[in-house]
Amino acid sequence: MTLNILWFILVAVLYIGFFFLEGFDFGVGMLLPLVGKKDEEKRAIINTIGPHWDGNEVWLITAGGATFAAFPNWYAALFSGFYLGFFLLLLALIFRGVAFEFRSKIGSPRWRNTWDVLISVSSFLAAFLLGVVFTNVVKGVPIDANQMYTGSFFTLLNPLAIMGGVAMIVIFMLHGANFLSLKLSDALHERVAKVAKSFWLTTLALAAAYLIWLVFTTNTFMEKGLVGMILPLLAAVSLVLSRLFMGKKEGWAFAMTGLTVFFAVGSLFAALFPNVMVSSTSPDFNLTITNASSSPYTLKVMTIVACIMVPIVLAYQIWTYIVFRKRIKADAKTLTY
Amino acid sequence: MDIVLLSRWQFALTTIYHFFFVPLTLGLGVYVAVLESMYVKNGKAETKRLTKFWGKLFMINYAMGVVTGLVMEFQFGMNWAGYSRFVGDIFGAPLAIEGLLAFFLESTFLGVWIFGWERISKKLHSAVMWLVAIGGTLSAFFILAANGFMQHPVGFMVNEVRAEMINFGALVTNPRALYLFLHTISSGLVTASFFILGFSAYHLLKKKDEEGFRVSFKMAAIIGFFATLAVIATGDTQGRYLRTVQPMAAAASEAHYVTQDPADFNVIAGFTPDGKTMTWSVKIPKALSLLYYLKPSGSVEGINNIQAQYVQQYGPGDYIPLVALDFWTFRLMVGLGFLMLLITFLVWIYAKRKYPEKGKWLLVLMPITIFFPYLANTAGWVLTETARQPWVVTGLMQTRDAVSPNLTIGTVWISLVGFVVVYAVLMGIDLFLLIRNAKKGLEAGESDSVPLDVAAVEQKSGGK
Repeated sequence: MTLNILWFILVAVLYIGFFFLEGFDFGVGMLLPLVGKKDEEKRAIINTIGPHWDGNEVWLITAGGATFAAFPNWYAALFSGFYLGFFLLLLALIFRGVAFEFRSKIGSPRWRNTWDVLISVSSFLAAFLLGVVFTNVVKGVPIDANQMYTGSFFTLLNPLAIMGGVAMIVIFMLHGANFLSLKLSDALHERVAKVAKSFWLTTLALAAAYLIWLVFTTNTFMEKGLVGMILPLLAAVSLVLSRLFMGKKEGWAFAMTGLTVFFAVGSLFAALFPNVMVSSTSPDFNLTITNASSSPYTLKVMTIVACIMVPIVLAYQIWTYIVFRKRIKADAKTLTY
Repeated sequence: MDIVLLSRWQFALTTIYHFFFVPLTLGLGVYVAVLESMYVKNGKAETKRLTKFWGKLFMINYAMGVVTGLVMEFQFGMNWAGYSRFVGDIFGAPLAIEGLLAFFLESTFLGVWIFGWERISKKLHSAVMWLVAIGGTLSAFFILAANGFMQHPVGFMVNEVRAEMINFGALVTNPRALYLFLHTISSGLVTASFFILGFSAYHLLKKKDEEGFRVSFKMAAIIGFFATLAVIATGDTQGRYLRTVQPMAAAASEAHYVTQDPADFNVIAGFTPDGKTMTWSVKIPKALSLLYYLKPSGSVEGINNIQAQYVQQYGPGDYIPLVALDFWTFRLMVGLGFLMLLITFLVWIYAKRKYPEKGKWLLVLMPITIFFPYLANTAGWVLTETARQPWVVTGLMQTRDAVSPNLTIGTVWISLVGFVVVYAVLMGIDLFLLIRNAKKGLEAGESDSVPLDVAAVEQKSGGK
C-alpha cells in the first residue's frame, strides 16, 4: 500500500517536472512570433530552448510510461477515454518537434514563416489540451463499473476544462517569458521583459479564476481540508511574487512562475488523491491508487529502478542547464544553428 | 472494417513508419561516435567535418524518430486498452525503464552535442556522443524486452483478470528478446552502413571532398560487411529458436503445413487468394530439417498439426496466421540479407584496391542500395508481428480481445486518416531535407542550418 502512495507521488512528480520544464518551452514557442521580429531574433529565441526541449519532452514520455507501469488501468482508461484529445496532442507535439529541427534547414522566408507559425500554434494547442485533460481527470468524467470512459470527445470540452486549457496557456506563456528574460540579451531582452510585465495581470486573473472555479465546483479540494486549499493559494501567491522580481531579479521571477506551475499542478494531484480518475457516474466507479495499480512485485521492481535513475537523470539534466547558462545574443555570427 | 482491423492497420502503419527512423538512429549514432573519437585522436579538421556531416543527418532523422515514438507509447493506451489492462503489470515496466534509463540519456545528451561544440572540451564532447549512442542501444533493449514478452511470455503468472510479473530478471533475459535485440542492433548498423556507403559513393562520383568520403566509405564497407554477417548469424539462430517457442510462426514463415521427418523446404510457393493455403511450391527434399537441425533428418511440426493441437489446448478457432505474407516477407528479408552481404564484400575489396576506375559501377549502384536495409527491416517486422497472429501475446491473449472496447469506428477512422496524411507529408519533407543535405557535401556539416535568404526578404518587403 505504501508503494502505491509512493508511485502516485512519483507519477505526480514526473508530470510536475514535465509541466515545469516543457511549460517554459511551450511558452517560448507561443511567444516566438510575438517577441521575435527578425530571423536571427527568432533563432536566438529558439536557441534558448534548443538544447533542452527534447530532454524536457522525455518527462512526458516517462510520466506516461510510469503511469502505464504503476497504474495500468489508469493509463488504459485515460488514453482510450480521451482518445481524440490525445490524438490532437500527438499531432501538436509531432509538428512542434519537427518544426524546431526543420525550420533552419532552408533559407526561404516562406519556409521559415510556415514552421514558425507551426511552432507557435502547436505550442498553444498542446498547452490547451493538457489543461483540458488534467482538469477533466480531477473534475470527473463519466466512467462505468468496468473502469471505462463512457462519454464522447465533446464531454471533455466542458466550460471548466476549457478554462483549464486557457489557464495552462497563460501560465506557460508567462513562465516562458520569464525564462526568455533570463536567457536573452540586449534589445530582445528588453522586449521580452516588457511582454512579461504587461502580461502578468492577465495571467493572474485567468489562473486565479480557474483555480477558484475548480476548487468551488468540485468538492475534492475541500475534502482535503487545509492541504487541499493551501496549494492553490500558494500557486497564486508565487504568481504575485513573480511580478515583484520582474526587471530586477529575473532568476527569481522565473523561479516564482516555476513554483506557480509546481503548486498548481501539485494541487490537482493533491485534490485527486487517493483517486487517479474521478467518475462522475458514481463515486464507486472511481479509479484509485489501489484498484488501478500494478502488483506489489512490479511496484517494488519499479521503485528500485526509479530510486537509482531519477537522481542520476536530475543530475545530468541540471548539468546541461549549467553548460548552457550564458545569455544568447541575436547575432547571426555567434548563434549555433 | 471493424475497430480491431482499423486499429491494427493504424498500429502497423505507425510502427512501420517509426521503424524507418529507428535503425538509422541506432547505427548512425555509433558511426558518429566512432568518427568523433577518431577526430579527438588525430585532430584533423577533415575528420571533424566528416563527424559533423553525418551528425547533421543523424539529427534530421532523430527528430522524426522521437515524435513518431511518442505516438507508439500513447497508442497502447488509446487503441489497446484491453491489452494494457491485461499485461500492463508486465509490459509497462520496460516502457517506463526505457524512458528513465534510455530516452533521458539519449535526448539530453544529443541536445548537449548539437549545441555544445564550443562549450565543452573535445574529449567530453565525443564522450557525449557515445552516451547518445548508448542511450539508443539501451532503448532498443528495453522495448525489445517488451516485444519479446509478446512473442514468448516469460516470468509471469495469470492472476484472475490479468497477467502479473513474478520475475523481472526472466523478462529482461528472455532469450526471445535477446535474439531480437542482437538482430535489431546489427541491422541498425547495416542500415547506417548502406546509408553512408550510398551517400559517400555519390560524392566520390562527383569527386567532391574525396579524401573525407573515402574514409567514411571504407569504414562503412568494413563495418557493413561484419554487421551483415552478424544479422545473418543472429537471424539464423533466432529462426531455429523460433521453432521451439513459436512453432506456428516458424512453420508459417516456411509454409510448412504437415509435420514431416525429414522435412522438405519450400523455395518458392503460391497461395490461395486468402493467403492461408498453399497451392503449389518448388521443394528441396530434407532441406528444412537440414536448416533446423544441421543434419538431413529431424521432425518439423507443420501448420495443420499445430492448428489441431491449439484447438485442443485453447478451444475452437483459427490459429493460422497469414501464411503467404509470412512466407514471402521471410524470403524478401533473407534474400536481401545475402545480397547485402555480397555487396558489402565487393565494396570492401573495391575500397581496398584504392577505388579503381574499372569498378566505378559499384559507386553508381550504391545510392540505390540505401533502400535495401529499409525493405529488409520492414519485411522482418511484418513477419515478426503477423506470424504471431491471432495472438497479441502468444498463448495468452488474442488481438481481438486487446482493443479498447469503448472506441467507435468514426474516431479510429479520424486518427488513422490523420496519421496517414501527416506522416506522408512529413516523410516527403524529411526525405527532401535528408537528400538535400547529404548531397551538399561536407560543408553541409559546417553549420546546422542555412542563413535566411536575404535577397528574397528584400524582394518581399520591396514589393509591399
